[in-house]
Amino acid sequence: MSDSLVTFSNVSRFYGEVLGINKVSLSIPPGITSLVGPNGSGKTTLMNLMCGLIRPTQGEIGVLGISPQHPERLCRVLGYCAQFDAFPKGLTGYQFVYSFLRMFGMSAAECDQRTRTVLQLAGMTEAANRTVAAYSKGMRQRIKLAQAIAHDPRVVVLDEPLNGLDPLARAEAIALFRQWGDEGRHVIVSSHILHEVDRISDQVILLSHGYVVAEGQIHSVRSEVQEQPMQILVRCDRPHVLAARLFQQDHVVEAKLTSDGKGLLLRTRDADRFYLLLNRVVLESGLEVESVAPADDDVSSVYQYLIGEGASV
Amino acid sequence: MNALWIAQVGAVLRLELKKTFLSRRGWWIYLLALGPVGLTLIHWLFEAGHPGGRHSLGDDVTAFAALFLLYYLRAGIFFGCMGIFSNLFRGEMLERTLHYYFLTPLRREILVVGKYLAGLTVALAVFVTSVVLSFLFIGRHFGAAYSDYIWHGPGLSQLGWYALVAALACVGYGAVFLMCGLLFKNPMIAAAVVWVWEGINPFLPTLLKKISVIFYLKSLCPVQVPVPPPFSIMVIDAEATPAWVAVPGLLAVAAILLIYSAISARQAEINYGE
Ligand SMILES: Nc1ncnc2c1ncn2[C@@H]1O[C@H](COP(=O)(O)OP(=O)(O)OP(=O)(O)O)[C@@H](O)[C@H]1O
Ligand SMILES: [Mg+2]
Repeated sequence: MSDSLVTFSNVSRFYGEVLGINKVSLSIPPGITSLVGPNGSGKTTLMNLMCGLIRPTQGEIGVLGISPQHPERLCRVLGYCAQFDAFPKGLTGYQFVYSFLRMFGMSAAECDQRTRTVLQLAGMTEAANRTVAAYSKGMRQRIKLAQAIAHDPRVVVLDEPLNGLDPLARAEAIALFRQWGDEGRHVIVSSHILHEVDRISDQVILLSHGYVVAEGQIHSVRSEVQEQPMQILVRCDRPHVLAARLFQQDHVVEAKLTSDGKGLLLRTRDADRFYLLLNRVVLESGLEVESVAPADDDVSSVYQYLIGEGASV
Repeated sequence: MNALWIAQVGAVLRLELKKTFLSRRGWWIYLLALGPVGLTLIHWLFEAGHPGGRHSLGDDVTAFAALFLLYYLRAGIFFGCMGIFSNLFRGEMLERTLHYYFLTPLRREILVVGKYLAGLTVALAVFVTSVVLSFLFIGRHFGAAYSDYIWHGPGLSQLGWYALVAALACVGYGAVFLMCGLLFKNPMIAAAVVWVWEGINPFLPTLLKKISVIFYLKSLCPVQVPVPPPFSIMVIDAEATPAWVAVPGLLAVAAILLIYSAISARQAEINYGE
């Protein structure tokens, strides 16, 4: 069972007195998982732990059943594109990817083949014979990505992989993540750019100050926070009729008409009861409803609520 | 040893050599090695202009013994190895590139061995060559007499021993400094401590003498250089160590240091100090 999961059980990591992450328990299934949190929330710490670059102060970690203490096994199934923007001196892009691939014990010909394939995938074929030191930020990001996945890992861990990429490269990278996710790999991505990850993620993990504050599919993450009123936007022909009925309900916290007079934005503690009520109003007063949609059922707003800070960076 | 490990050591070795051999940052190491070659070359050219000579061939042999002990062992090879080996890990931590190795399926022990061999390849190429050239140059101005000394006298065997001792010095100091680079934020301080420790070696009790590199190297030198008068009274003589003890002794010291380094590498974390 745990052979197809990335698991953390009660993992804590301190840097001396400083808290990195605290009491994290997770089990991450295949697909795209986003780690979201503001600066210093512990995203990199979590990833470094997963990849064996640092060890937990407490708790156990398993990557497809392998302990990160054993790089000789772990690194065959895992590829990590770290946040550090540094490269070995004097190597060309090709040499960089190829040289580390040789550590896997493959033949020179196979390493060469794989290097070419992955450089192609990252759109770095033309720049392959220039030294990495002469690359732009976006090119460095791409060569790092290529290097991390050259050995075809089943678990791909990417720390802010979209940083420095232009919109086109971003879209390509996202499509690539999607493809890997669909192939049944684990793709674990961290990002500040929320509206980007919420579109591509199968699940999200929200971090704040070293704690996992929510975890799961975007929609279930939202309902996990039940005591928090949910915002719903109803567009209909007579919103004031609906509003009048709503004010008699104790679960509705707030309701206001939108500026165009054709919509009602409301906050309720019990979405299910609201939907029942809405159906009744429609039946009783012949209200014409154009659309009903949760107004904040995306990572951004969940995040904003959970973290209580400005979200999109 | 299995085939994978050998392939991995080879891969580390190749990458390290690609990155460091003839790198611009190591220029001063080549200077350390070129220095005595230049000096002995000048000596040859200068003395060749003064036929008849002002000293004997025996003087040159003693001079080389002193040059070897005081320059090569105490300074050139010592600091050269410090530069080469302590940077194998510390340099990558400063440049924030060590994690690339840690993210390949290398046992950390294999990484230590691979890096050590890479350092050793460079150190041997540079310093053994330098020792051999200096030896060949220093008495060259005696012409045929020196050739005769080398081919028919004790010269060739001395040269062989000097080359071996230089190689062993690289083996020993390499292991010392690889470990320093892994363990200490500032290997310079550790190097200073080691340098003093090696310097006071003649004055230490026999048991402590053996915890060093210089002790084994000195007893292997073909021509002994006596400690000069004011200090000579403080020397504690250990019984002369035969080569069959000194060579394995030094290799054992190096092996212990490398094993300890491998254990530390297993524990090592990536912390580039934000
Ligand atoms: N090497 C370290 N030494 C001391 N403290 C550290 C170290 N690395 C991280 N921390 C601390 O641990 C906490 C989590 O940091 P981490 O780098 O994991 O956050 P992050 O979510 O990746 O942030 P960012 O978005 O800036 O990359 C922070 O408080 C940070 O100061
Ligand atoms: Mg980070």
